[in-house]
Amino acid sequence: MPQSLRAAFDREFDDICDKLVHLSQMVDWAIQRAMTALLEQDSLTAEAVVANDGDVNRLRFEIEEACIVLIATRQPAASDLRSVVAVMHIVVELERMGDHAAGIARIVLLMEDEPLLKTLKKFPKMGELSRQMLADVVQSFLKRDPEWAREIAGRDARLDKLYHATIDRLLKFMVKKPDAVQRCTYLMWVAHNLERIADRSTNIAEQVVYMMTGDMNELNV
Amino acid sequence: MPDAEPPIIQVRDLDFFYGPSLALSKINLDIRRRQVTALIGPSGCGKSTFLRCLNRMNDTIPGTRVAGQILLEGMDIYAPEVDLAHLRQRVGMVFQKPNPFPQTIFDNVVFGPRAVGLARQRADLDEIVERSLTQAALWDVVKDHLDEDAQSLALGEQQRLCIARMLAVKPEVILMDEPCSALDPIATLEIEELIAELKAQYTIVIVTHNMQQAARVSDETGLFWLGELVEFSPTQRMFTRPEQQLTEDYITGRMG
Repeated sequence: MPQSLRAAFDREFDDICDKLVHLSQMVDWAIQRAMTALLEQDSLTAEAVVANDGDVNRLRFEIEEACIVLIATRQPAASDLRSVVAVMHIVVELERMGDHAAGIARIVLLMEDEPLLKTLKKFPKMGELSRQMLADVVQSFLKRDPEWAREIAGRDARLDKLYHATIDRLLKFMVKKPDAVQRCTYLMWVAHNLERIADRSTNIAEQVVYMMTGDMNELNV
Repeated sequence: MPDAEPPIIQVRDLDFFYGPSLALSKINLDIRRRQVTALIGPSGCGKSTFLRCLNRMNDTIPGTRVAGQILLEGMDIYAPEVDLAHLRQRVGMVFQKPNPFPQTIFDNVVFGPRAVGLARQRADLDEIVERSLTQAALWDVVKDHLDEDAQSLALGEQQRLCIARMLAVKPEVILMDEPCSALDPIATLEIEELIAELKAQYTIVIVTHNMQQAARVSDETGLFWLGELVEFSPTQRMFTRPEQQLTEDYITGRMG
């Protein structure tokens, strides 16, 4: 395409990236607030996270629409095309992360003021790791850095380890205290949501690698 | 990619000079049978010059010189004993602007067969006209007006008539030099559909300024740049993950 069209493509793609960053910040806010709601047993905060999820969905569709328009009007090729396709995948991952955060918030609402378990001490760590992976993987997309993306995907193993340790402890706890089965089950779902959030950062990392290299590979097999 | 059949055209270390200036440098590529090969690149990159080497159309320009080899089915087309009329019958060409002769539609199509002595009898000529026009997706439009002036046809139809005129001499390779640049989008699409149909029987090499057209119609694409072949790859690869940075920059509009 001529230089003027090139500039128009860059401008429109930059707008899309700005929106993607905004979406990732909304999702990060949702994860952070959901964890606060969990740890502080704060149902008002949990309700706010659930309410926020509709905005996350709307922004995802808005970005996808912008990508479709960009493809239809600019006919991108090569790395431009791969970048637009990557964005379309990434926003789906972000939106689903938002769903996981809302899922945690819904569990908080179900748990109401049931006493928390000691096991919870692993949860803040899982939340922090997931949020850091999200923040970093979005930066690796903006900086177009596939090596960084690979490194971020590698961190998923730490989260998996914490997840499995948590599930083990919860299971043992259930066996010892049958009256805690309900609470433990809720917490297993929280752990599952956190683990899935990290998996989705890995999926985003795969898109960054695809965008920059054209290689379509699963990073954590 | 079916590699079983040998390529129909093999280009080996081809240099081409306009007088003292080198227009093509060390071009090496294979043109596969019954595939569409697209040649892209900015104006002056050598893609049309290269296309015109494939049936020696450049011979008509004084002061030009060729080095290296172009083999058609293993035969060096620049060998001294090559009969140019016969070469151009085997390797036909369609130009940018439709150029029907100022004759009837019928006479346009039978011009080649008559000239090379392929057919003389009216029945044979009728058969050639119907076959060629059918292959060019024009028969249904013109079958009742074969004795009308070819220039009364719409531009897109004129271009298909030129394709029929070339098909009439039963070529093996069809060279197309920006065959749609004078046509509107509908006529362009019709030619592109025709290319897709023709490749079942013919080998097609097309030069196009329109990168999206190359992406739509071709199996393999070559990018020319300053007289060199920068990259020659399967089209799907070329437009999704080209090997060369220069290709990437060209097809994403960063240069050229």
